[in-house]
Amino acid sequence: MLAEIGQFSLIVALLIAVIQVTLPMIGATRGKRSWMAVGIPAGRAQFIFVAVAFGCLAYLFVTNDFSVLNVASNSNSQLPVHYRLAATWGSHEGSLLLWTLILGFWTLAVTLFSGHLPKEMVARVLSVMGSISVGFLLFLLLTSNPFIRLSSPPSDGGDLNPLLQDPAMVLHPPMLYMGYVGFSVAFAFAISALIGGRLDANWARWSRPWTTVAWTFLTGGIALGSFWAYYELGWGGWWFWDPVENASFMPWLVSTALIHSLAVTEKRGAFKSWTVLLAIAAFSLSLLGTFLVRSGVLTSVHAFATDPKRGIFILCFLGIVIGGSLLLYAWRAKQVGLGGNFDLVSRESFLLTNNVLLAVAAASVLLGTLYPLFIEVLGMGKLSVGPPYFNTIFVAVMVPAMFLLGVGPTARWKKASLPELAVRLRWAFAASAIAGIVIPFLVSGWKPRVSLGLSLALWIVITAAVSLWERLKNGMGPQPRSYYGMQLAHVGVAVLIAGITLVTGYQAEKDVRMDIGDTVNLGGYDFRFNGVTEVAGANYLAGRAEIEIIRNGRMVRTMYPEKRVYNASGNALTETAIDSGLFRDLYLSLGEPVGQNRAWSVRVHYKPFVDWIWAGAVLMMIGGGLAASGRRYVKPAGKQRKVES
Amino acid sequence: MGFIVVGLCSLGVSAALVLSAFNKNLVFFFTPSQVAAKEAPTGRYFRIGGLVQKGSLKRDADGLTSRFMIADAAKSIPVVYKGILPDLFKEGRGCVAEGKVAPDGVFYADQVLAKHDENYMPPEVAQTLAGK
Repeated sequence: MLAEIGQFSLIVALLIAVIQVTLPMIGATRGKRSWMAVGIPAGRAQFIFVAVAFGCLAYLFVTNDFSVLNVASNSNSQLPVHYRLAATWGSHEGSLLLWTLILGFWTLAVTLFSGHLPKEMVARVLSVMGSISVGFLLFLLLTSNPFIRLSSPPSDGGDLNPLLQDPAMVLHPPMLYMGYVGFSVAFAFAISALIGGRLDANWARWSRPWTTVAWTFLTGGIALGSFWAYYELGWGGWWFWDPVENASFMPWLVSTALIHSLAVTEKRGAFKSWTVLLAIAAFSLSLLGTFLVRSGVLTSVHAFATDPKRGIFILCFLGIVIGGSLLLYAWRAKQVGLGGNFDLVSRESFLLTNNVLLAVAAASVLLGTLYPLFIEVLGMGKLSVGPPYFNTIFVAVMVPAMFLLGVGPTARWKKASLPELAVRLRWAFAASAIAGIVIPFLVSGWKPRVSLGLSLALWIVITAAVSLWERLKNGMGPQPRSYYGMQLAHVGVAVLIAGITLVTGYQAEKDVRMDIGDTVNLGGYDFRFNGVTEVAGANYLAGRAEIEIIRNGRMVRTMYPEKRVYNASGNALTETAIDSGLFRDLYLSLGEPVGQNRAWSVRVHYKPFVDWIWAGAVLMMIGGGLAASGRRYVKPAGKQRKVES
Repeated sequence: MGFIVVGLCSLGVSAALVLSAFNKNLVFFFTPSQVAAKEAPTGRYFRIGGLVQKGSLKRDADGLTSRFMIADAAKSIPVVYKGILPDLFKEGRGCVAEGKVAPDGVFYADQVLAKHDENYMPPEVAQTLAGK
């Protein structure tokens, strides 16, 4: 019964979404207030019906209703309740429903927080968001219905992939989607402004908090995914340049550019066309990312051939959204204009340069991700793009970008002077360069790349301090919250870079065969293997190793990596044991039994400063939160803030 | 004017850098039959994919070096890998290895790729098994 209610709700939501698209848009064009006003209740109602559908599916999962195909293939009765709930969005169908739900949630947020905006703007924004919703609801109902019943239900279900039975994986998809879908708001604002023909500072000011919040969620989603890969996959890596990761990283790069470009458009009225283009690109890449990961095209381009309906729908939808918005852009961009002027040396041009660098980075990732697909589609063989490609590009692009990141916030708008900047920042430059060269000697031996990375990280931190000190010294009083948010996010970038630099420079790893009582030394620690015992878990059976960590003859702690075999599927899974610390992680994963003497193969990692990577991401998120919660956004407009330095 | 010149120059340079890095890091995929026919380059990294032949997996005394055969419908290639194999590596299942082929025809793998799903079969493998 619930499955039918869920499906019915989706159909009702689709009908409401169609109303949400048409009436407000026509009303905005003809100036009919009553028609425009339909947008808000329609958006809210649509959210409620999608939420009902999602609730039904979640309930079906929690209560193990295996008469529903989606439940039967992705969950089983042995699965703990919270993972059954997470299995709701573990499948293709369920994750698309989650996407639609989150779109509804953002729509609801727009209806709640846009009271101070012109009615035409709200109407158009809701109409654009509604049309995205129509696309997704149609896709769900026509090709990916999560509520299909089985004529002969199995007594128990399949399994949720053991790798996904993990707290981080419960949170990762919703966080990521909050980010992806959040860009639909900035996108809708950009499209509405193009249609309305008015792109001014107001438009940028309205778009900014939405974009920053979405970016904050996306940052969190990506960081969670990376953290999960680190401790769950057992290889000790935290980023693989896997197409699935790239799919989420491209919107992140572009939206980071968008945040900065929006700031310039709001404060200086410059970069207008570029900002609109970035808003379109950020959302288009989010859509592309969703479909790349969810359509199965990455595992095989032939996934399209096995289910051509889905593939054709996706291509058409992407074509309409991306092509349509670019056409609109081409038609209207002339009227938008470029906006204010600025000199070659100015904060604007530093920001523009960094925008271009971020765009180049995103384009390189796009090339590396899509090229293998094109080649395969064309039948020209099969290939993949190795991580060294991405690493080379990122070092080349990020070095100048990080340098400018230090200069930008201290430079003047419109017209800055290079000699003056050089005087203000010379000590910061000298300090970060010298410290960058010296510190690696103290850590464990000099390496040029480590020096470069550390210098850049320090440069960002020290210039942030200089900027703050100058502002306070000049009696500019307490700074707005958004300023602290920006600086905190920048420091987060510095912490992230320091982490990446140090772990890449100094990590060590050993695969060893260990007999009971054997000791292996790595990174100044001794690892003593005391054998493996059998342990039963909720839905698995595990071999659990006991390994003692000894430093300078003293026992530090005991770690217990596991090898699990899941009852439902019979799949093996390596459960790592990690001892985290501020300066290093010790990371153990269990291989297989070797020979007769109860010996096992064990992988031992020493990972210096690896947690700084995620700490940096957390700082960036806090920074984003601070910036978005600035008073000038939360308070309704009316009192216009004065243009700041 | 200054902007346009600076912009065009940097765009040109970055495009050249990107493309050269791209070209150097393309990893091609070959089937065991192609490798047996010497179509794969020696001295360059590439990927080989197929099924792990049943009964072919052997371990050296060190417990870490594995030797196995990756096969398609026609040919099989000996593979040597030192390290811990991924969870989903099993005889009779699909597998992709990345590394170099030695002049004696043995493939030395640096990486054996684990896919996140036990039902997953590399599409290339499925294709080669189907007889292409």
